[in-house]
Amino acid sequence: MRQWRSIAKEAIDRASIIVKFLCLLHVTDAYVVSSNHVLGPSMLPTLNITGDVVLVEHLSHRIGKLGSGDLVLVRSPLDPNRTLTKRIVAMEGDRVTFSLDPTRSFSSRSLVVPKGHVWIQGDNLYVSRDSRHFGPLPYGLIEGKVFMRVWPPNSFGLLG
Amino acid sequence: MGTPSVLWNVAKKCFTVGVISLTVSDLFSSIVPVRGASMSPTFNPKTNSLLESLSDDRVLVEKLCLSNYKFSHGDVIVFCSPDNHKEKHIKRIVGLPGDWVGTIYDVVHIPEGHCWVEGDNLASSLDSRSFGPVPLGLVKGRVTHILWPPNRVSSVERKTSRNRVSPS
Repeated sequence: MRQWRSIAKEAIDRASIIVKFLCLLHVTDAYVVSSNHVLGPSMLPTLNITGDVVLVEHLSHRIGKLGSGDLVLVRSPLDPNRTLTKRIVAMEGDRVTFSLDPTRSFSSRSLVVPKGHVWIQGDNLYVSRDSRHFGPLPYGLIEGKVFMRVWPPNSFGLLG
Repeated sequence: MGTPSVLWNVAKKCFTVGVISLTVSDLFSSIVPVRGASMSPTFNPKTNSLLESLSDDRVLVEKLCLSNYKFSHGDVIVFCSPDNHKEKHIKRIVGLPGDWVGTIYDVVHIPEGHCWVEGDNLASSLDSRSFGPVPLGLVKGRVTHILWPPNRVSSVERKTSRNRVSPS
């Protein structure tokens, strides 16, 4: 009888260490820094088409320290199960001028980014689907700021 | 020798409890108070301005639905306001992606990845009729039960109105 109790106690101790570790992992992943595999041609030449592993920090957007020119990881407004990596071009209140299709015409449109939204664009304007197609992005969809690339090793370093 | 290690132990325990409760409230469920009367009579049927915080309904919000963002008509959801990401609203889903929803002036098509939300108390509710369809990525959970006040503890049912929404 006593053997079962000590075995059960040891099992609970081991399990609680694992649970605590997983919870710490989740909190770090969601609130401090996480890694993300990004791929696609919409951010050339900043990010590779075949895929990079980048580090994303989740502190700046909570304290409002994001500005135009920052690379951000956002949840797609067209599909909530996907995340996109784009660059903030304008914050709320700024006026943004853009051309819908740079290969076809020179016409451009201009609008003011509404309150609580940001304007994101991919660095590769020709193939990127961004705010020029789905409109200003609500600030609540921003998940973090990309600050560093860790893979491939020859382009390891801070991203700006 | 005695006091610093006691403090350190207390700090470790607090940190562990904090981390575990944060994980549970992010991934499983949390309890939130309902402010305002935009969801009367489902939540806060009587607004009492004197005892506001005590008599507000507290509801259980489940986060398991955020793994695939699949919602149904009539679900009550918690979402960040599109105009101010720090505010959270609680409203009912009336339209899902691809639906056509009728407002007073026209019929709106809900684009992919968005939903149309309205409060149960249409007279005093700030919802999709003002700020348009809400991206599903802003949804932070689904309300399943009322936990406070004790005389109104119950599960929150889906309510659909068939005459205003037509599917794609």
